[in-house]
Amino acid sequence: MEHSPQKNLLEVKNLTKVYEGGVKALTDVNFNVKKGEFLAVIGLSGSGKSTLLRCINRLVDPTSGTIIFNGQSVTGATDEELRMIRRKIGMVFQHFNLVSRSSVLTNVLSGRLGYANPAWSLINRFSDEDIKFAIHQLERVGIADKANYRADELSGGQQQRVGVARALMQDPEMILADEPVASLDPVLAHSIMQYLEEINKKDGVTVLCSLHFLDLVHRYSDRVIALNNGQLVFDGLPKEIDDNKFKEIYGKDAERVG
Amino acid sequence: MKNNQKPKASIWRSLGLAASIIAAVIIYAYGFQVTKVNLEETKSPRRQEQLLRIIRALAKPDLFVYDKTEVKITVPVQVPCPSKDWKPAAPDTTRPYIVVTPACADPGTEVVIEGFNMPAKTEGPLNFLPPSKVNLSLGDIQTDANGYFKISAKLPNRPNDAAQTIEAIVRQPVGAPHLTQTAYDTWEKIIETIFLALLATTIGTILSIPLSFLAARNLMKEIVSNLLGLSAQVIAIPVGFVIGRYVADWMGSLGDSISQNIIISVGIIIIFPVLLVRLVKWAFPEEEIHKPKLSTRLFRMAGISLGLLIGLITIAILAGLMEILGHYLQGVLGGFGFLGSFLMNIGQILRMLISLTAALTAAGVLGSYAGKMGVNFQKKFSVKQTKIVGTLMAMAAGAMIFVLLGAAINWLYQIENPIYWAFWPAVAGAIGGLIVGITTSKNDLLPVGIIIYYVTRTILNALRSIESLIMVIVFVVWVGIGPFAGVLALSLHTVAALAKLYSEQVESILSGPVEAIKATGANWMQTVVYAVVPQIIPPYISFTMYRWDINVRMSTIIGFAGGGGIGFLLIQNINLLNYRAASAQMIAIAIVVASMDYLSSKMREKVV
Repeated sequence: MEHSPQKNLLEVKNLTKVYEGGVKALTDVNFNVKKGEFLAVIGLSGSGKSTLLRCINRLVDPTSGTIIFNGQSVTGATDEELRMIRRKIGMVFQHFNLVSRSSVLTNVLSGRLGYANPAWSLINRFSDEDIKFAIHQLERVGIADKANYRADELSGGQQQRVGVARALMQDPEMILADEPVASLDPVLAHSIMQYLEEINKKDGVTVLCSLHFLDLVHRYSDRVIALNNGQLVFDGLPKEIDDNKFKEIYGKDAERVG
Repeated sequence: MKNNQKPKASIWRSLGLAASIIAAVIIYAYGFQVTKVNLEETKSPRRQEQLLRIIRALAKPDLFVYDKTEVKITVPVQVPCPSKDWKPAAPDTTRPYIVVTPACADPGTEVVIEGFNMPAKTEGPLNFLPPSKVNLSLGDIQTDANGYFKISAKLPNRPNDAAQTIEAIVRQPVGAPHLTQTAYDTWEKIIETIFLALLATTIGTILSIPLSFLAARNLMKEIVSNLLGLSAQVIAIPVGFVIGRYVADWMGSLGDSISQNIIISVGIIIIFPVLLVRLVKWAFPEEEIHKPKLSTRLFRMAGISLGLLIGLITIAILAGLMEILGHYLQGVLGGFGFLGSFLMNIGQILRMLISLTAALTAAGVLGSYAGKMGVNFQKKFSVKQTKIVGTLMAMAAGAMIFVLLGAAINWLYQIENPIYWAFWPAVAGAIGGLIVGITTSKNDLLPVGIIIYYVTRTILNALRSIESLIMVIVFVVWVGIGPFAGVLALSLHTVAALAKLYSEQVESILSGPVEAIKATGANWMQTVVYAVVPQIIPPYISFTMYRWDINVRMSTIIGFAGGGGIGFLLIQNINLLNYRAASAQMIAIAIVVASMDYLSSKMREKVV
C-alpha cells in the first residue's frame, strides 16, 4: 500500500444499498478519494454507478456503511448538516436535470440555494454578488449570452454546460458527475469533459465521474474504480486496465471498442 | 394436447358469454323497474298536450314586449227585450263597432256577435258588463285582416230592465319592442352568477395550491423526523397556535384603539413598514457562509419577534383604516359605493386573517424550531437517554393529540364530562406514545410527511364526495339565502377538487430537476419553489380554467338550493309554472356557459 501525503477528501466504507423490493445495488463498497483527484467510475449499465454517486450526497439513503466527507460523517448527518455537506458537493447529471421552464440564469442561481437565506430565495431574490457570480460561471462555460433564455430552448451541449455552471455555483470541493456526457455526441462530450478537467486542475476541485467510454477514462482520469453487479472489482490507474481486467469488469463476452 | 384443449376452452368461453349476457339483461331489467320506465305515460294525450304547452312556452322566452294600447268598443244590449219592436241605435260605421244579432233576447239565448272596422289581426277578451260592473266573459275574439270578427255566445242570466253592455277589448302593440322585466331580472342574476363563479374559483385556487403540496406523495415522503423531533413538534404546534392567537388578538385590539386616531395611524402605516423592511433585512442576511454566533442568533430572533409584532399592529391599523375609509366612501361615491363596501370587506377579511395567520405562523415557527431542537438533542443523547426522554415526550405528544381530538368530539357531541373527553383520551394517547417510544430505536425516522399526506387526502376525498349543491344548504343556514352562501359552498368544493387534481400533477413531475435542486443543499421549501413550481404552472393554469368552467355551470344551478345566482330565479319560475320566464333564464344560462367555455378554451390554448 503506497502512502500519499494528500489527505482523503472522501472515504466510503462498507457501503451497501438494498432497494425496497430487495434489489441489491451496492455490496460492501470501499474506496477513498484524495483531494484534487479525478476519479472515474466505470462499469456496465445497472452495475450501481448512479446509486454509488447518489449515496455520496444521500440523494439515495444507504442501507449500511459510512461515508465521510471532509472529516464529517455524511451517513450520520441530520437534515441541517446534510444540507451543509451537499452545498459543497456539486452534481452534474446525464440528463442535465435543468428546470426546463426556468431561465438559464435561474437554473445557475439555484446552485446557490444551499447558501442563500431560505426566506429570500423563496421569493426569488438573490444577492448581487450571487448574480455576478452566476454570470461569471456562464461566461466560463461560454454561454453568458444565453442567460435569459429558457433552459429548454438550449441544445443538449449547452444544457449540460448550464448544469456544470450550476455545480460551480456551489463553490464545490467535489463534483459528482453521473455520466455527464452519455447523452452527447463525441465532440460535445470532449468539450464538457474539458470543462470538468479544467475545474479539476485549475480550481483543485475533486471530481468523481462515471463514464462509459474507456478512451475518455484514459484521457481524463487520474484513477479508476470499477463496479460489477454492485461490487467493487477494480481500483487503480487507468493504464492498469488490461484485457483481463477489462473482461473482469465488463464480463467475459465483452469486446473493447474505441 | 393443444387440439384437445381448444374446444373445451371455447365451451367455457361460450358459457361465460351466455352468463354475462343473462346477467346484463337482468341488471337492465331491474334498472327499468327501479327507474319506473313508463312508455304508456309518454303516449297519453293529456301528457302530450301538457308537454306541447310547455315546449311552446319555452320557445317563446319572455324577453321582449311591445307597449300596447287598449281599444274598448261597446254595444248596448237589452236582456230581455223591453218591447217587441225594440231596436238599437244605428252604429257609427266610420269607427269600430259591434253588432249583436238579435240585439235583444232572453237570458240564455244564443246570439251572434260581429265586429267591424276593428284593428286588424288583434285579439282580446269579449265581456258582458252587467250594472254591477262585474265582467262576465263571453269568450276571446280574434280579428281578421279586415278587422272583422264573429263569435256566438249565450247571453248570461242577468235580466235587467236597463240597457246592458257588451264590450270588446283589443290590445294593439305600439312602438318598438323593449325588454321585459324578466329580461332585466335575468340579466342582473346572470351577472351575479358569473361573479359567484369567479369568486369561488379564485378563493378555491388560492387555498388549494398549498394543500396540493401536502397531498402530493412524492413531496411528503421526504419529510421525516426522529421521535424526539416529532414529539417536540406535536407539543409545540398547538401551544404556538394558542400563543399566536392570543398575541394577534392583543395586537389587534391595540391597533383598533390606535386606528381611532387617523393621523397617528396614517403615520404608523407609513413608518412601520419601512422599519419592518429594515428589520427583516437585518435579521435575514441574504447569504451566510458560516453559522453565526449564538448571541447574534438570539438577537435576530428577538428582532424577528419584534418585527412580527410590528407587522401585526400595522395590519390591524390598516384594517381599521380601511373600514373607516370604506364606510366614508360608501356614503360619498353614490353609484360606485360598492367600491367603498369592498374596501370595508377587505378590512374585515384582513382583521379575520390577522388572528388566523398569526396563529398558524406561530404554530409553524414554534413547531419547526422545536422539531429541529428535538432532532439535535436526540443526536447528542446516548441511546439510553434518547429512550427515556423520547418515550416521555412521545407520551406527552400522544396525550396532547388525543385530548385535542377529545375536545373536538366534545364540541360535536357535548359530552361535557372532562373525565370522558379529556382524561381517558389523555391516558390512551400516553399509552400510544409509550408503545411508539418503546418500539422505535434511536436512529429510526418516522414518516411524518406520509401521515400528513394521508390525513390531507382523506379530508379532501370526504369533502369532494359531497356536492356543492348539498354543501350550500349548510351555508344557507349559516349566512342566509343568497349568492354568498353559494360562493362559500362552491369554494369549498373547488378546494377539495382542485387540490386533488393539482397534487396529481405534482406527483407526475420529472424527478430529475428535483434531485438536482436537492443536491445543491436546498431545503424542502426551496426545492418546491425552484424544482416543483416551474414544472406545475402550465397544468395548474389548465386545471384552474377547467374548474372555472365547472364553477360557471354549478353557479347557474346552485340557486336551486338557495345559493343565489340565476338558478334562484329559474327554480322560482318553474315552481310558478311561468315557463316563458324560465325559458328566458335557460337561454341566458346556455349563452353564458357556452361563451365561458369558448373563452376558457381559447385562453388555455394561449397559456399552455
